Amino acid sequence: MKHLLSTSDLNAHDLHELLRLADGFTEVQNREIRKVPALRGKTVVLAFFEDSTRTRTSFDLAARRLSADVVNFSAGSSALKKGESLRDTIETISAMKVDAIVVRHKSSGVPRQIARWTDASILNAGDGWHQHPTQALLDAYTIRQHLGDLDGKRIALCGDIKHSRVARSAVDAFTKLGAEVVLVGPGTLMPPSLAGWGVKVETDLDRILPDLHVAYMLRIQTERLGSPLLPDVAEYRRQYGLTVDRLSHLRPDALIMHPGPMNRGVEIDPEAADDPRAVVLDQVANGVAVRMAALFRLLGSGPVGFAEEGA
Amino acid sequence: MTITVLADGELLDREGRRRLDVAVDDESGIVVATGEALTGDRTLSADGAVVCPGFVDLNVDLRQPGAEAAGTVESGARSGARGGYTALLASADTDPCPDNPAVVAEIRALAKSAPCRIVPTGALTQGRGGASMAQYTGLIDAGVRFFSDAGRPVTDPRVLRNALEYLMSMAEATDTRLVVAQRLHHELGSGGIMHEGEWSSRLGLPGIPAAAEELAVTQQLALARLTGARLHLQQVSTAGAVRLIAEAKADAVAVTAEVSPHHLVLTDADVASFDPNLRLDPPLRTEVDVAALRAAVLDGTIDAVATGHRPHTVDAKELAFDEAPVGALGLETALGLLLGEVGLSLEQALPVLSWQPAAIGGLADSHGGVIAEGRPANLAVVDPGVVWTVERSDFGGYAANSPHLGRRLQGRVRHTVVEGRAVMVDGATP
Repeated sequence: MKHLLSTSDLNAHDLHELLRLADGFTEVQNREIRKVPALRGKTVVLAFFEDSTRTRTSFDLAARRLSADVVNFSAGSSALKKGESLRDTIETISAMKVDAIVVRHKSSGVPRQIARWTDASILNAGDGWHQHPTQALLDAYTIRQHLGDLDGKRIALCGDIKHSRVARSAVDAFTKLGAEVVLVGPGTLMPPSLAGWGVKVETDLDRILPDLHVAYMLRIQTERLGSPLLPDVAEYRRQYGLTVDRLSHLRPDALIMHPGPMNRGVEIDPEAADDPRAVVLDQVANGVAVRMAALFRLLGSGPVGFAEEGA
Repeated sequence: MTITVLADGELLDREGRRRLDVAVDDESGIVVATGEALTGDRTLSADGAVVCPGFVDLNVDLRQPGAEAAGTVESGARSGARGGYTALLASADTDPCPDNPAVVAEIRALAKSAPCRIVPTGALTQGRGGASMAQYTGLIDAGVRFFSDAGRPVTDPRVLRNALEYLMSMAEATDTRLVVAQRLHHELGSGGIMHEGEWSSRLGLPGIPAAAEELAVTQQLALARLTGARLHLQQVSTAGAVRLIAEAKADAVAVTAEVSPHHLVLTDADVASFDPNLRLDPPLRTEVDVAALRAAVLDGTIDAVATGHRPHTVDAKELAFDEAPVGALGLETALGLLLGEVGLSLEQALPVLSWQPAAIGGLADSHGGVIAEGRPANLAVVDPGVVWTVERSDFGGYAANSPHLGRRLQGRVRHTVVEGRAVMVDGATP
C-alpha cells in the first residue's frame, strides 16, 4: 500500500489488517511512555490546506508517537496564497525529501491528484465532500471495540449525507466489514444517486431507531439550515435530531457516535451526547491509534517495536 | 504561383470515391485540375491516403485577444491545420469580445497569415453580458454571419427572444443568412462541477443534472418556434436533449446541433481520476448519453461535430478539479477519435466534420463542397487506417490540456491544404 486516498481503494482484508495494527498501537497509548521507534528517521509533512485542529493534532500525535519527524506546512500563510499552483507547492515539499504528506483540502480529489506529482506516500485527511478514510477507520475501530465486530450490525448514518466525506468513507468501510448501513435524512441531503453503495435509505428516523446497533449522527453545517436545502433548526431537530425523547427508543447496548464537533441541540441533544451509550471521546482517542496504524502501514518496514519502551 | 499536386490518392467527397490526382494553386486558391498523373511545381504523396474536403469547426476558442498565454490565433490555426481543419469559427470568448466591428477587424488582422481560415463570430450581447444587444449591423457589414456569446450564453428568455427577432429582421434587411448559436446552460445546473449522477455522488462533486440541459434546450426551441429564427445548439450532451432536437426537427423548426468528440467517447466515470482535463462544459455524461449522441450523429439529429477547442496554460489545469477552468483541446484529436473510438467510417465522419458544419457556418461556397476544377482548394489528406498514440508534441500550441494524452487513436491527417497552400505536410506544420 503506497497511499491512503479513499476507503473505496481498500478491501475487507486491508481494513481488518489496519484495525489489527491499531490494536497494538492502542496498547502503546496506555503506556507511561507512549512512543515506539517504528518510524525513526522518517519525515511526515502535515499539509492542511483547510483548517482542522482536531484531525491535524491527531495525525501530529500519531506520527510523533511513531518517532517520525513531523513538519507542519501551514497552507494559510504559504506560497499557495501568493498564486503558486498546487503542483508547485507539492513538488516543493517533495523536493525536501519527505516520506509522507498528510493532506486536507476543501476540494474533492486533491489527494489523488497530488499522488501523481510526488514519490511520497499521500494520506488523505479529508478532501471536499469526497473521502476521509482515517475517520472511517477510527469509527470502525470504535464499533469493533464496543460491539466485537461490524458483521451483521445495523448502523444508521443520519443527517447530511450529500455533503459529507465522513459518510462516504464510512459507507465504503462499514459495508465491506459486513455491516448493514442505513442512510437517514431528507432527499435534499442525500446524494443524487446511491447506485453501488449497498445501503438502504430511510426518511423516518423513528421507524428504525429501536433496531439500531449504532446511531451515527452527522454534523449539520449551520449554514444549511434555513437555506433552500432545509427548513429551520427546530424542524431539523424534530425530524432527524437524536433528541432526549428518542434516547429511550434506542437499545441499551446501542452506540451513539458523532465525528465532532457536535452541534448540541441540533443533530444531537446534550443529553444524548452525554449518554453512557455515546462513544464520541473513544472515537477521538482511537483516532491516534488508527492513524499510527495507517502511517506505519504506508511507511514502516520491519518490526513495529511494540516490545520496546520508549525511543 | 505554386502548383501543388496531391498525387496517387483516392478522392472522397459528397459524390463518393474515385481515384484522381488533384492540382491546386496557392495564388488563386482553387483546384486547377483533377485527373491522372498530374504534374506541378511540387508533388505531395497521397498514396494510400484519401483526399477529402477540409474540416470546419463551428466552436473554437482561440483565446486571442485577451488570454494569449493560453492560446493565440496563430497557435489555434496551427492546431486546426494539424487536425485537417481548413476553417475555424472563432468564438466570441475573447477580451475584448467581438461585440463591435473593431474587434472583428483585429481578429482578421491576426489571422492574415494563419495556416487555417479563421472566421470571426459575433457576440450576441454587449460584452457578452447577456443584457443588451451587440452592434449587429456593424458586425454584419464586417462579414459576421454567426452570433453567439460562447461559454456564457444568454439565459434571460426575453433578451434571447429579442435578439432572435432583431437578427431575423437584419437578415432580411441585409439579405444574409444569419445563425444564432447558444450553449445549453440553465440555472438548475449552476454551481455544478460534473454530471449529476452515480459518479458525482461517489466522488463528492456538485452535480449538473441532465435536466438542466434539457430545460435549456426546451426553452431555446420554444423561442426558435416563436420567432422562426435559425438556431444552432452548441455542445449537446444528453440523450434527453437529442430527443427534444429530433422532435423539433420533425416539426421543421430551423434548428441545428453540434456535439464534441469528447462527449462521444468519454463518460462521467472517467472523472474518477480527478484529471482537470476532464472538466468540460457541458460535463461528461453517462454511457447512455454517449450511445444516444453517437446514434444522433448517424441519423442526422446532430449535424456537426464541433470540438469546443479551448487551450489553457499548464498551471491552470494543475489546480483542484473544482477550481480548474473548463475546456480541453480538441482540434488535433477529432478525426482520430471519430474513426477510432467511435468507429465511424470516413464516409460517416465527413458530413459532420466538413460539409454540414460548413453549411451552418455560412461557408458552403468555399468549404466542404465537391472537389473539382475551379472549386476553392480547402482539402485534407487523411490516412484513415493509421493508429497513433497522442503525445504532448502532437498539439499545435503551447497548451496540452487534452483528456486524450496517451490514448490510441485511428486516423491521422497527412497533409492539409488551405486555399491552395499546403499548410501541413506529412504531419508537420511549417
